[in-house]
Amino acid sequence: MEGDGESVSSSASTALVAADVDARSILVLRGGRSKAMYQFTQQSLPACKPVLTPTSVISTLFLMGIFCIPIGLLSLHASLSVVEIVERYDSECVPHQFRLNKVAYIKDSLIPKNCSRYLKVPKYMKAPIYIYYQLDNYYQNHRRYVKSRSDKQLRYGLQYNDTSSCIPEESNDGLPIVPCGLISWSLFNDTYSFFRGTDELRINRKNIAWKSDRDHKFGKHVFPFNFQNGTLIGGAMLDPNVPLSDQEDLIVWMRTAALPSFRKLYGKIEEDLEANDVISIYFLNNYNTYSFGGRKKLVLSTASWLGGRNNFLGMAYIAIGSCLIVLALVFILLHVKNPRIIIT
Amino acid sequence: MVKASGKRKQRIKWSKLYTFSCLNPRTTDNDAPNQQLLGQPGFSRVVFCNQPELHKIKPQKYPSNYVSTTKYNFMTFLPRALFEQFRRVANLYFLLGAALSIPKLAPFSPASMITPLVFVVGISMLKEAIEDWSRFLQDMDVNSRKVKVHSRNGSFVEKTWKELSVGDVVKVNKNENFPSDLLLLSSSYEDGVCYVETMNLDGETNLKLKRSLEATLSLDDDVEYTKFQATIHCEDPNPNLYSFVGNLEFNNGTYPLSPTQILLRDSKLRNTEYVYGVVIFSGPDAKAVRNSTRSPSKRSRVERRLDYLIYVLFLLLVMISVVNSIGSALVLKSEAAMWWYLRLQENADSPLNPSKPVTSFFLQFVRSLILYGYLIPISLYVSIEVVKVLQAMLINKDMRMYDELSGKAVEARTSNINEELGQVEMILSDKTGTLTCNQMEFRKCSIEGISYGGEINEVDLAASRRMNVDVERYRISIDGSDSTGESIEMFEYSVAEADAKQAVLGCDHAIENSDIEHRRIPASGKEPNIKGFNFRDDRLMDKMWIHGSNVHDMIMFFRVMALCHTGIPVEDGNSKRLKYEAESPEEVTFLIAAQEFGFKFCQRTQSVMFLQELEPSSGIEVKREYKLLNLLEFNSARKRMSVIVSNEAGEIFLFCKGADNIIFDRLADNGRIYQQATTAHLSNYAEDGLRTMLFAYKKIEVVEYESWNTLFTKAKATVGTEREELLEHASEMIEKYLFLLGAVAVEDKLQKGVPECIDKLAQAGLKIWLLTGDKRETAMNIGFACSLLRHDMKQFHLVLSKEAESIVCLCLAFQAVEEDILSQIRNSYQEIVKGNKKDVPSALIVDGKAMEVALRSEISNQFLQLAVMCDSVICCRVSPKQKALIARLVKEYTGKTTLAIGDGANDVGMIQEADIGVGISGMEGMQAVMASDFSLPQFYFLERLLIVHGHWCYKRISKMILYFMYKNVAFGLTLFYNEIYSNFSGDDLYDDWYMVLFNVLLTSLPVIALGVLEQDVSADVCLQFPALYQQGQRNICFSWKRIFGWILNATLSSVAIFTVTIYIFSPAALRQDGKVADLAHIGTIMYTCVIWTVNCQIALIVTHFTWITHVLIWGSILCWYIFLVLYGMLPPEHSQGGFHILIEAIGTAPMYWIVTFLVVVVTLLPYFIFSIIQRSFYPMDDQVIQEIKYGRTDVSNKPMWLREQQNSRKRTQIGFSARVDAKIRHLKERLRRTKK
Repeated sequence: MEGDGESVSSSASTALVAADVDARSILVLRGGRSKAMYQFTQQSLPACKPVLTPTSVISTLFLMGIFCIPIGLLSLHASLSVVEIVERYDSECVPHQFRLNKVAYIKDSLIPKNCSRYLKVPKYMKAPIYIYYQLDNYYQNHRRYVKSRSDKQLRYGLQYNDTSSCIPEESNDGLPIVPCGLISWSLFNDTYSFFRGTDELRINRKNIAWKSDRDHKFGKHVFPFNFQNGTLIGGAMLDPNVPLSDQEDLIVWMRTAALPSFRKLYGKIEEDLEANDVISIYFLNNYNTYSFGGRKKLVLSTASWLGGRNNFLGMAYIAIGSCLIVLALVFILLHVKNPRIIIT
Repeated sequence: MVKASGKRKQRIKWSKLYTFSCLNPRTTDNDAPNQQLLGQPGFSRVVFCNQPELHKIKPQKYPSNYVSTTKYNFMTFLPRALFEQFRRVANLYFLLGAALSIPKLAPFSPASMITPLVFVVGISMLKEAIEDWSRFLQDMDVNSRKVKVHSRNGSFVEKTWKELSVGDVVKVNKNENFPSDLLLLSSSYEDGVCYVETMNLDGETNLKLKRSLEATLSLDDDVEYTKFQATIHCEDPNPNLYSFVGNLEFNNGTYPLSPTQILLRDSKLRNTEYVYGVVIFSGPDAKAVRNSTRSPSKRSRVERRLDYLIYVLFLLLVMISVVNSIGSALVLKSEAAMWWYLRLQENADSPLNPSKPVTSFFLQFVRSLILYGYLIPISLYVSIEVVKVLQAMLINKDMRMYDELSGKAVEARTSNINEELGQVEMILSDKTGTLTCNQMEFRKCSIEGISYGGEINEVDLAASRRMNVDVERYRISIDGSDSTGESIEMFEYSVAEADAKQAVLGCDHAIENSDIEHRRIPASGKEPNIKGFNFRDDRLMDKMWIHGSNVHDMIMFFRVMALCHTGIPVEDGNSKRLKYEAESPEEVTFLIAAQEFGFKFCQRTQSVMFLQELEPSSGIEVKREYKLLNLLEFNSARKRMSVIVSNEAGEIFLFCKGADNIIFDRLADNGRIYQQATTAHLSNYAEDGLRTMLFAYKKIEVVEYESWNTLFTKAKATVGTEREELLEHASEMIEKYLFLLGAVAVEDKLQKGVPECIDKLAQAGLKIWLLTGDKRETAMNIGFACSLLRHDMKQFHLVLSKEAESIVCLCLAFQAVEEDILSQIRNSYQEIVKGNKKDVPSALIVDGKAMEVALRSEISNQFLQLAVMCDSVICCRVSPKQKALIARLVKEYTGKTTLAIGDGANDVGMIQEADIGVGISGMEGMQAVMASDFSLPQFYFLERLLIVHGHWCYKRISKMILYFMYKNVAFGLTLFYNEIYSNFSGDDLYDDWYMVLFNVLLTSLPVIALGVLEQDVSADVCLQFPALYQQGQRNICFSWKRIFGWILNATLSSVAIFTVTIYIFSPAALRQDGKVADLAHIGTIMYTCVIWTVNCQIALIVTHFTWITHVLIWGSILCWYIFLVLYGMLPPEHSQGGFHILIEAIGTAPMYWIVTFLVVVVTLLPYFIFSIIQRSFYPMDDQVIQEIKYGRTDVSNKPMWLREQQNSRKRTQIGFSARVDAKIRHLKERLRRTKK
């Protein structure tokens, strides 16, 4: 019986057999979904098979290049339109007699930490002008630091008492600390005030934190408790009568930075500054960066649609764009000199 | 019906008919020394026949007949399977990671470490369990087969196999398998013989004769067993199939037993109605079971290299972990104390304790190992498993590999080694059942020097056609001259012939078109309507031969065909035609052919044969009676067989058939009229791989006969050693002065599509070795038929001389034999080295006995060196064990990927030993399939399996692994760079959930699409360009160069991602409202860049975009944003830094989007440029084809397309096209000579 069956199939040519199989199977598996299934199992799904031919390669490179350069120019323009003043004050603000032992100076709470500096505005600065403090060599991204907080406590306050993650700033004298953890404990506590001539420039310190933080992450009914009451005082004190959701300095500080050099928003000046305006700044230089060689800077900056001043992005785009176009040209040359023929 | 024919057979007494059976070796002579061994250690078994209850208690308690091939049972599954799993280094590493994650040391939560491990191990164990379950079901099937067992008082009841115990008397019927090793007591034949098919044991299809002891002959009825009792003392269970030592104590006598009385499990009773036997070895003690080996688990070459890749990655991991922990320790020691805001001094047990930098070093090291664990992703194993299972599913579902006859499809039984299919370099093939159907067909004959049945073979046809094409081109280029006239004529002649012979070679046009389309036509052309008869020639068929000129010789030819044999007719239901049964399948075909020509052999009694002959003068059929006077049997030494018959008129004839040289030597001077023509035909037939035999006859005068017969009878009656000699002498006397009538050619029918498949595989650069248990002549015939051999090949034969053979048998003096073989090997080697310079193809034919010597460790290297040099290797008379040994040695010696294909239980060893084992399903035995990694219903599916699926799977898996490594290294390194910026504190830049999702959702699916759907070229192109297959053989897609290239690429990408993001986002404001980016923002932005980069990178690698690929790649990127939105909507205690992150913060910053684009361009640029340069200046084969296909040049410039195909073929010496090439060379040579 084996022979009989064979005679049927073998007499037909391959193509016929194949067509047979196809037709039959499609009959068996009717409907669009089944057809797709059939094509899938037979690995004959319609497919697009792009090939890097010289034409497609050259045009891709060109198009990309042409696309990148304007973006680069726009970005660069935006970045260059930003006016930025950076003023390092950590060493200048230490009185001369303490210059050799800054740590002693900063740790001695009896010594007044007042300090003042003058700045000249190089260019017209349009409001809002953002005030940042910048810390260098400060590892907010250290694992121990980053983990040392309790989001639930920040939101629910004392109701939430599992604060094991806050080690080592968990409790004091057997009472829990709100907000607990190293981050809040080490809150930045320098303050600035600005004068143009004799007029104090008003600093708007509202809305410097992300709205979602204020609304959702920091409780409206959570008040600081037992904070900075221990023997070790880290940074700033918090007003125990202001709920956490309104302690924007804290909220900003709790957004740990990714790099050891970071800026944090301090406030906004909502007046334009003219070129050559002289601004006097009064600091309270409280924060100890001296023990670990950190630097403190004050930054005044406007912002463009793209954010702060950063030429790197625009330059990178322009570089890549030109690189692509050069490559395209090189490939055109190569292609003209050495056209692609199928070797026979 | 069966019963009736059985009875008739009984009357005829087969055993007497097959007189040659007496020549089967009797072991009685040398039994004596062995008997002394009984009772000694190793020979202590005692069996009480018909008293199985005695074997239920000690000390003669033997195992039951239950046979188990499973690896595990319910109790041992869990521990053993777990042990197997954790033997893999990778799993152990993951286990370690998971264990370390529990004591908060790891940066991740324990769940995220343990879940994937449980998943991976669980899947693998489930697979093991399922495989073992199917083995269990198979066992159940075998164990619950029924057999008749004597219960008591002579009644036999059916029992399952597993219930059998030693000492049981069983009755086995025709065509049933023996349930265990039995001692044959008696059979349906009076003289206690039976026929056994041992195909499952040694692959031989001819029947073996077993004979019971004279003493037990009387036990041939059920009732005889009421009182039967006997005791057997014999050897202990052992795996030796061909030996047995024991004796039987019965009726106060002791009778020695030999292998002749032993019926082995896994063999089958044939041509015998029933036998009685007693169980000696049951279940696990049976010789066949002892011979079986557990299937080893196989790992593919790619996977083995993957192990090394894992080591490399592990090294990288350890390196950066060391850097990390050293950095951490140094920083802690020198600076950390000053960081008051960290208050590090206050927790003594932390890994970041500045007062204990050494402890900190080690703890940080462990933490880093886990943190950077992304370099060695557990999900890689999951993905590979998933992809392989899907690949296997696609292989199974391929309709082009579905056999409609058997209704079976290709089955990938293990999905572990799919990609190995793309790297095969050696094929070890069984013959019977694999290449051939085990079915003979009458194809051609040469009578009176005229050949019938089609003279042109496909090779000639194809050659002359190709010649003509060549010639035309030649003529166009050299301004037409008439020099090529001859070949044109030749061509026209063959076409005309071919048209005439259309019916025979129904496929010639298809073969011509083979260049363009892939063909599937068996070489034998049109299927015969009569099984065993594939012959068509109008000059002979339908009684036309009676109009021939010399009818007398023709009649004699047919009479030889119809009378000189050992067959008997079997009535075939309602059909007018008779069917036949005979010792050899060739004889059956002769009888069938004779019947077709009008000489129907219709009845046989002890001494008379009846023929229904066509009377040429009248054209009507007459029944004639021939008295069978003598039968001179066939054996391998004589290579001929004769019958002496007298017809109704009392004339005595000797009809003889035999091998060519034997017959030619014995012709009378006036009997050589047709010798020259017949010789020419013979060589043609042999070239086509047909098995040939010559027919001759002579008339004997009554007086001469009488005198000879007395001599012969005397010789036959002699008892003792000189008997054989006398018989031989007697037959020599009468078998001479013969008259040659002609020749017949029988085809050992090849499986469908075998020659084309072999041709294609050869073009793809595969070597094919034929390993068969058959004798040399048969093996070589098939060699020719499959085009593995050609006449212009130099053949080297490795054989042992007769004396040497006996030495080997007696295990004496190997030294001399070995030296003999070694010198043979050396000589052949020298010749090949010489020949190779002249490009002479060579073939090595090795005999099993010689193989045994050659495979000894001392000279096996020389042997393999020789074998590998030869274009084709044929090993004949090899035992299953040798097959396995060859597979192992070839694999080890050449280091090449070896595929073994076979269908029978005798191939199991080879199938298990080779890198890939393929079983042919659809045959009776399932053992080969059970042991195999892939099972095919047809041999020719191997072509598609290897060249299409193998190629695809190999490329897919290699691409997939490389890409997987790329994405994880690129991702993992960004974590490391972050450590440099965070003082090696071991913090992770990304949210835990991002990390988990990376391998689970966001990048895993495109990889699977790549691994399942990618096609560098379509299936048709794979088949048209077999050379593409060599990419796998040379392993260019998974070479170390590529691996390190990808690692480099990954490093570049990670650097680009990290630096660009860091430099742009820090420290200036992120948005127009002056807000800056914090850790969570930068992590998310960088992660976005990673997701974009790796997904776009895969889009650059993929060359075959189906909608699924598109959906998965772009969907993964979309998924990331969707996830971010959803994650941001969770309450902040769950989403933490991710709360409202996309909607509120980064999504609204134009910078985020611009940077993403920049990063993608920058990271992909190096690879893009590299691939452009590589494609334009160093293109690979598949890329060239892709380009041709893309430009549709294959359609517009067909000649170029065909030429490319021609060029892509590897120059080979085997296969159909190689034969055509050789033929063309030959014709051209002749053309040149005639021109001169």
